[in-house]
Amino acid sequence: MFRFILRRLLQMVLAFFGTTLIVYALMFAGQGDPIQALAGERPVTAAQRAYLTQKYHLDQTGVGGFFYRYLDYVKNLLQGDLGQSLTGRQIGDILQQAWPVTVRLALIALAVAIVFGVTAGVIAGIRRASIFDNSTLVLTLLVLGIPTIVLAPIAQYFLGVKWQLFPPTAGAQPSLYALLLPGIVLGSLSLATALRLTRTSVAENLRADYVRTARSKGLVKRRIVSVHVLRNSLIPVVTFLGVELGNLMSGAIITEGVFNIPGVGFNLFRGIRTEDGPLVVGIVSVLVVVYLVSNLVVDVLYAVLDPRIRYE
Amino acid sequence: MTQSAVRPTPASPTPPGGHLLEVRDLHVEFRTTEGVARVINGVTYHLDAGETLAVLGESGSGKSVTAQAIMGILDTPPAHVRSGQILYQGRDLLTQSEEQRRQVRGKEIAMIFQDALSALNPVFPVGWQIGETLRQREGMSRADARRRTVELMDLVKIPAAAKRLGDYPHQFSGGMRQRVMIAMALALDPKVLIADEPTTALDVTVQAQIMDLLADLRRDLNMAMILITHDLGVVAGVADRIAVMYAGRIVEHADVRSLYRAPAHPYTKGLLESIPRLDVRGQALSTIKGLPPNLMRIPSGCPFHPRCPYVQQVCVDVVPHDLVLGDGRTSACHFAQEVRDDSAR
Repeated sequence: MFRFILRRLLQMVLAFFGTTLIVYALMFAGQGDPIQALAGERPVTAAQRAYLTQKYHLDQTGVGGFFYRYLDYVKNLLQGDLGQSLTGRQIGDILQQAWPVTVRLALIALAVAIVFGVTAGVIAGIRRASIFDNSTLVLTLLVLGIPTIVLAPIAQYFLGVKWQLFPPTAGAQPSLYALLLPGIVLGSLSLATALRLTRTSVAENLRADYVRTARSKGLVKRRIVSVHVLRNSLIPVVTFLGVELGNLMSGAIITEGVFNIPGVGFNLFRGIRTEDGPLVVGIVSVLVVVYLVSNLVVDVLYAVLDPRIRYE
Repeated sequence: MTQSAVRPTPASPTPPGGHLLEVRDLHVEFRTTEGVARVINGVTYHLDAGETLAVLGESGSGKSVTAQAIMGILDTPPAHVRSGQILYQGRDLLTQSEEQRRQVRGKEIAMIFQDALSALNPVFPVGWQIGETLRQREGMSRADARRRTVELMDLVKIPAAAKRLGDYPHQFSGGMRQRVMIAMALALDPKVLIADEPTTALDVTVQAQIMDLLADLRRDLNMAMILITHDLGVVAGVADRIAVMYAGRIVEHADVRSLYRAPAHPYTKGLLESIPRLDVRGQALSTIKGLPPNLMRIPSGCPFHPRCPYVQQVCVDVVPHDLVLGDGRTSACHFAQEVRDDSAR
């Protein structure tokens, strides 16, 4: 297990440099004039242009120049300095403000998926082919079929604007209540997948041989389901939810955009739109780390849940 | 036939002349979308205290389904018990409530299964799984259950039992896993042990060890045992009586000696002739031609008639009744006498 984690950590270093390099390259390859992008509509004086060119090493051209700037960036990154966005703000500060919002949103979404998805999945799995099972099948297919870009505005319009049950947008310092509706919208996709996964897993495990053994021991049905079947059924579900938490933590561009939530996804989208290269690369670098760490946690969790899995 | 059973526990309320366990004219069918499969068609057998009954038959003959009907662990649906009785100590289990039947499981009648790897829960340690029965059924404390679990594991001769409590099923060898399974079945001191092909998934050498263990335990704990198998070799040393099943019926029923000496049903005869023998050389191994019947379309008359070398018109038209041949032997064949005389020659 220790060697497995060590090897994975080494792989993570490689993956980290690989992804940041690619994102860095893509971001700056597509860019026209970063100095003009920074200034927006206003004219840039020759003196300003000379200063910024020197500051960002824009005078170095070609592949050599690219790597020069990339190494520059990585050097700062390793010292914990994410650099400045083109707007002059520290990227570290931006993330410090945005992340708590995204984490709260992610936790709400995950809670929705666990509470409703797993519970309904267990019931549907036990009562296969019942009305409950069939209606959840239809509902989950519906949710999985509607893209968030459609679902989010619909929920916002009906629940937020028309019936005014929730605030339609979150704003600068969103309360937990303001994050509830976006959280549910964001979580509905994970909910649907978690439900299907739990349902299949429970239905499969109910037919397993060890259930027959448990029955022949004279255990009550409730115990067979809640201890023997559930413990086995939740292995794939927990794995899925772990990966999903990694996804949710990295921000939801669409949901945060629709509900105007100043989270990570919101800032990332703004960075892309304004061609703010340092901001995009800075956020993605951190997201890569979050994602890699959450995947490692899932792998370790998997081994804890299923004693048959031993990493060598 | 067997040593008469004198249990140290209070005498069982089995009515005089009655059997410890008796299956009467059991009919079970599986209702599937493709049709109704008639899996058990009038099985009747009995088991007395302290004896071993072997139930013999090929895959799909209904031997396991009968056992699961006795335990009350058939999946219903698709299984459906159409009619019949299962009498345990004179009481019909099939008329009892689920709660009453649950009390019987493990405590009165226990069962071990073919593939111990899949029959044990993969995510719990074996000590926990054996102890669970004691904690849940007897209300034992954790410490008491643990002590008793070690005793049970010692009883089935698992080396270093106390050290292996925390191991998971996949960490045991096939033979050791089956011993765990047996220890679990013995936890509540059952009076009847049903062993459903307990050695099929094992190596030949381990098979013998497990069979010896089962025979010893049956004698030491004074249990009655139903041994389900398709392996005639396994039966000979252990069983007192044999019931041979075909297409959901008992086709022949006899004590081991007379059955081996002179089978009285063409199916049994075919099975015995298809055992490789060391003393007969240079002869092709005989087989039973054809395939077991499709249980959704069981042949008319005697279900064995399409494969039977003795077949006559009467076999196609008339379902044979059990022919009593004396010494408690029966055979469901129109020509039972003839077959037996042929075999004895």
